Amino acid sequence: MTRSVLLVALASVSALCASGVAASATWEPLRPVEFIVPAGTGGGADQMARTIQGIITKHNLMKQPMVVINKSGGAGGEGFIDVKSSSGNPHKIIITLSNLFTTPLATGIPFSWKDLTPVAMLALDEFVLWVNADKPYNTVKDYVDVVKKSPAGTIKMGGTGSKQEDQIITVAVEKATGTKFTYIPYKGGGEVAVQLVGNHIDSSVNNPIEAVAQWRGGKLRPLCVFDGKPMAYDEPVADGKAWKDIPSCKSQGLDMEYLMLRGIFMSPKATKEQVDYYIDLFKKVRETSEWRDFMKSGAFNTTFMTGADYAKWVEVEEKRHQVLMKEAGFLNTGN
Amino acid sequence: MEELVNLFHGFAVALQPFNIMVMLVGIVLGVVIGVLPGLGGANGVAILLPLTFSMPPTSAIIMLSCIYWGALFGGAITSILFNIPGEPWSVATTFDGYPMAQQGKAGEALTAAFTSSFVGALFAVIMITLVAPLVANFALQFGPAEKFAVYFLAFCSFVGLSKEPPFKTIAAMMMGFALAAVGLDSITGQLRLTFGFTELLNGFDFLIAVIGLFGIGEILLTMEEGLNFRGGNAKINLRVVLQTWKTLPTYWMTSLRSCVIGCWMGITPAGATPASFMSYGITKRVAKNGHNFGNGEIEGVIAPETAAHAAGTAALLPMLSLGVPGSPTAAVLLGGLLIWGLQPGPMLFVEQKEFVWGLIASMYLGNLVGLVVVLTCVPIFAAILRVPFSIIAPLILVLCAIGAYSVHSSTFDVMLMLIFGVLGYLLKKCNYPLAPLVLAIVLGDKAEEAFRQSLLGSQGSLGVFFSNGLVSTIMVFGLIALFWSAVQQGYTRLRAAVA
Repeated sequence: MTRSVLLVALASVSALCASGVAASATWEPLRPVEFIVPAGTGGGADQMARTIQGIITKHNLMKQPMVVINKSGGAGGEGFIDVKSSSGNPHKIIITLSNLFTTPLATGIPFSWKDLTPVAMLALDEFVLWVNADKPYNTVKDYVDVVKKSPAGTIKMGGTGSKQEDQIITVAVEKATGTKFTYIPYKGGGEVAVQLVGNHIDSSVNNPIEAVAQWRGGKLRPLCVFDGKPMAYDEPVADGKAWKDIPSCKSQGLDMEYLMLRGIFMSPKATKEQVDYYIDLFKKVRETSEWRDFMKSGAFNTTFMTGADYAKWVEVEEKRHQVLMKEAGFLNTGN
Repeated sequence: MEELVNLFHGFAVALQPFNIMVMLVGIVLGVVIGVLPGLGGANGVAILLPLTFSMPPTSAIIMLSCIYWGALFGGAITSILFNIPGEPWSVATTFDGYPMAQQGKAGEALTAAFTSSFVGALFAVIMITLVAPLVANFALQFGPAEKFAVYFLAFCSFVGLSKEPPFKTIAAMMMGFALAAVGLDSITGQLRLTFGFTELLNGFDFLIAVIGLFGIGEILLTMEEGLNFRGGNAKINLRVVLQTWKTLPTYWMTSLRSCVIGCWMGITPAGATPASFMSYGITKRVAKNGHNFGNGEIEGVIAPETAAHAAGTAALLPMLSLGVPGSPTAAVLLGGLLIWGLQPGPMLFVEQKEFVWGLIASMYLGNLVGLVVVLTCVPIFAAILRVPFSIIAPLILVLCAIGAYSVHSSTFDVMLMLIFGVLGYLLKKCNYPLAPLVLAIVLGDKAEEAFRQSLLGSQGSLGVFFSNGLVSTIMVFGLIALFWSAVQQGYTRLRAAVA
């Protein structure tokens, strides 16, 4: 444990209360566990990681403290390379978002998910097409018609990052509708939502958690969700409408489905006992009421997968990203 | 009036004994975090976030925001004593704070810094109390073009600030821009200038550069000058605090101006760093002793500190009412809010009155507690300067190395810090100003991003920077600031040539 001694030391102070509770698996962490976030502080992955850290601390689910470390450089490449190069270190796990696929494809960083050990899929994040509530579009068709009528490129779609999930969805929407947007990349999803409220962009594909506050404030309007079926949450959120009331884009004639992985990987060459320990840990996290509240607040798809199912899902998804990014012209050409 | 009733209710919440204890603990932790360079407010709050999960949300946010205040206060300490800014917005404080410490006036500088911080924060909190909903909507008018205009103004108001020839200032600034360009280009998603080094994926971190340029560079210079660390005659009693307080009211105009600049920059998403630089630059130009800035003028400490704190506090407003963090630390606090099940945004003020007003009340109390804590420590801090240089220098080096390491937990950064140290030494020897270089590293990539976002939106037309009243006004101010100094210098030279 030579890395981040200071962070760990401070975190140990904050995790003094984390003690006791024997784990059921045979292997247990012997040192503080580093939880790498390949994205900046305050973003979706970071929020999830810190929620998990909080739940583990509060419920004493692990004897050793867990330390969240952001390694966001190079669209997350810094974090992935770090875990990849920690072969055989079972005290390092990483939470992934779609940059697991998009970063190596777009930048040519020498990394593939196959370099890591898959642990578990925690949830899938939904994407929703949002417009400003002051605009007269109430359905996908209204909006697409306007985009079609406007000169190519005058309608602005804002999103998080470049050549990542938001832009992939934008390109797919363009293909599906025969339109052309100007895509404007921002640093974070919350910023995108506010730019949309301020009418600096015309639409966004924010995750629910990034835009829910503005929806409840009556500033934004959801048009459709990029999933095969509407979301599962039927509690009213804004104007008496629930997440469930947002139609799927497919049912609105916009044939595009996209869900983002929120999953856990660990360092290469982890043993089965070590993987089982973390699977068991995350199962316990999922059973807490805090986790359920978090899932509800972000309208997450709570699919949980481990082992071969998970690896297979990731493999299929990687191929799909390869196709999507190739079609969009986002692949790294080797400079 | 409803706001006032809510506020008093908030005070009742914040004044519960448990909350006051939490406040004290938070401030002390925050000062420690602020003093360690590298371990800034954002990291500190993130690390201590889990500690608060078992508390009620209001106590938790009070503790975290107090860590934030503490870190803001603490950042000034190392800036003044060792020329090492702990946070980006403390850079401008070093310009006059460090010379003051060298002249044996560390106590005065620290007192001025702490008191101005308090004044700035207080002004911002009062503003939040009175006009929160109104002001929040102002932030919505800031698209990429407006943001770029603010950065442009910050750069322009800085070019004329330097006593060096403008071309040296511009050269240093360009070097900063080049360094800021390293890493991932957020507009195209391509890597730039990394030459295959994975360590450079994240670009050059501002903190590493600053710790090296200022901290290490300064040690090298002092060594050359014969191991003579000036400032040994610092007064170390509490009377210094009172004496300084007596002089402070004479600078009320500077304080007020800095408060306004700070609040404005905090609400717009530009943040505390441009606020402190801009306030320093403008004060230098309009203050009576402006020509002497950089040689240890107390106003040169008051201006940036007031503005930085006003901005840092005002930045919490867009976070609470819009869900957009105005600073990295605010971003971590935002994550905390979500974990406690509070959804920041327009509805927070309506649905979570007790929480919001408890937080606002704790801003008043937290800053007051913070001021008392740090002021009582002024003699102790000032006494550090009496330690002989041969003892203090290795300690500073170790502190710098720990700071650089803890930014990304990487030993590569420590090497980088040393390289920046040598660079800082060489630049100083050649009379290149360091401040524009640092400003460009901090704001360069943000300015570039905003510039390119604007052009994407306008399909390449530069007219977007003059497309509405708000952005045009800021741009025109920027241009005036830029050419004013050029014309002034040209005029002086012309006169010299004629004579």
